[in-house]
Amino acid sequence: MDKPTYTLEFEKPLRELSAQLDQLKQQSLESNLDVTSEVAAIERKIAATQREIYSSLTPWQRVQIARHPKRPYALDYVEAICEDFREMHGDRQFKDDRALVGGTAFFQGQAVMIIAQHKGRDTKEKVARNFGMPQPEGYRKALRLMKTAEKFGLPVLTFIDTPGAYPGLSSEERHVSEAIAVNLREMALLRVPSIAVVVGEGGSGGALGIGVTDRVLIFENSYYSVISPEGCAAILWKDAAAAPKAAEAMKITAQHLEQFGIVDEVIAEPFGGAHNDPKQAAAALGYTLQKHLNDLRAVKTEKLVDLRYERLRHLGVYEEAGEIRS
Amino acid sequence: MSLFSKPKYSTVVVKKKDIPKGLWTKCPLSGEIVFNKELEANQMVVPKSGYHFPIGARQRIEALFDADTFVEADASVRSADPLKFVDSQAYPDRIKKYEKESGLKEAVVCGIGAIEGIRVSAAVMDFRFCGGAMGSAVGEKITRAVEAAIREKIPCIIFSASGGARMQEGIFSLMQMAKTSAALGRLAQAGLPFISVLTHPTMGGVTASFATLGDLNIAEPGALIGFAGARVIKETTKQTLPAGFQSAEFLLKHGLIDQIVSRLEMRAHLAGVLAALYLKRKAQRTTS
Repeated sequence: MDKPTYTLEFEKPLRELSAQLDQLKQQSLESNLDVTSEVAAIERKIAATQREIYSSLTPWQRVQIARHPKRPYALDYVEAICEDFREMHGDRQFKDDRALVGGTAFFQGQAVMIIAQHKGRDTKEKVARNFGMPQPEGYRKALRLMKTAEKFGLPVLTFIDTPGAYPGLSSEERHVSEAIAVNLREMALLRVPSIAVVVGEGGSGGALGIGVTDRVLIFENSYYSVISPEGCAAILWKDAAAAPKAAEAMKITAQHLEQFGIVDEVIAEPFGGAHNDPKQAAAALGYTLQKHLNDLRAVKTEKLVDLRYERLRHLGVYEEAGEIRS
Repeated sequence: MSLFSKPKYSTVVVKKKDIPKGLWTKCPLSGEIVFNKELEANQMVVPKSGYHFPIGARQRIEALFDADTFVEADASVRSADPLKFVDSQAYPDRIKKYEKESGLKEAVVCGIGAIEGIRVSAAVMDFRFCGGAMGSAVGEKITRAVEAAIREKIPCIIFSASGGARMQEGIFSLMQMAKTSAALGRLAQAGLPFISVLTHPTMGGVTASFATLGDLNIAEPGALIGFAGARVIKETTKQTLPAGFQSAEFLLKHGLIDQIVSRLEMRAHLAGVLAALYLKRKAQRTTS
């Protein structure tokens, strides 16, 4: 693993060990002393600490990884696994939302429609992309592209990575609720195969607005939640600092979601998170996507839409006549 | 009453008010004192000012449907606790508390009844039960109400009153948005009308799913309707929000809803709308 340039709170022991190692190496250069055994000891300690930290990540720690500033973003994956991505801009009504982008591309040689929530990498891009928080026009553009995909028989691949739809005056004035709601209804009826991948943050309705698909995949350290842990903590614990507790209680990790049948497959990430080896993460995504897309292509359209409805129909756990049902 | 009469409403932002207790209640709009019996007899609408207090699901059903026509469905669908959720209180204990306080088993009451002779499948939410929050049971009951409309080839009407998704059911709550909307997609394909009535308050995941998918989206006067709460918006964007932000009147002005209709005129209005969209002839007026 490369030396981390950005350290999460829980990774601090690793940074300290790494600093010790550097210091030791520097000393040996200056003093010509043989420190081979000391170096090896620290390296062993680093490996052990890594194992300890990364094999028992708490939900809140995973949220930190999902939000890691170095985490590969949607278009990084598109670039890695697709060819000839040609972005289509705008909702043809109001403006072009830079937080939710899309266009045609080729995946494993076949034409697909990409719809992706994309956060910015540097400050300037983050601002331009509104920190990955789409506005109504983003969802309307997404719908436009889905309809185009339907018209030409292209499968739809969506990449989810948003803290949530933008909570602002402009969003409300242009009816973000309706934009999301219409997508939920129309995606359920779409007559082409669709797959959603939660690549980072699955922030509530803002994520679901491009997430009603035949299959839902999620990266190991991504999360998908009805409300942000901070938001839940502020409401139920009256304290945003209780976010780790809220993350735990809401069971928002990929592992829980798979257990609940909300996602179809968890895509393994490189040790410590996708940012440690974006190429490996992209390869895993490509492989998993291909497998599910092949499955879906084999299903006739009518059946596909019926199966999608069946899937949606059984989401939820309730009690009826003393029995737990879904 | 005319369908096209100008609805009486105010642009004052309505704050959350509990259903009044005691003998009399002060109108937050005009300050007048109203006897609770009088208020209840008037569907919780202050006679002079037209201020709408929240109304319980059963009371609304009573006022809305032709006498003895409403048959409740899926009354035994209730919340489970799939996450074993505990904050300051265990979720099942909260549910018990809401059941006791509201006399309801869930935040929505569903069934089929007639409005001026037109049969409809209806779902009526009740804010008193967990702030009308949508969990799996609410989503299931609403979805079944939509499917009942498809099966019976009748219109569907949903009265929303909800703070949004129910956090204690986590991702399952979020998925109810998809489930209910998918069912409405099938209703639309069947060519049957869906009327959404947004009442105070309708927020978050409920607004961002079935509540805004109506062929007509109708609001009650003064209802707070939105996606994100004003506090969250202010904290996130540091924006100053205009007076009356997210009120029914604000939404009407911005072209986001079709109509604002007084609760007192709702029954006749719905009958009129369904006469046009569904019967495609003038309704035979029965006594209201």
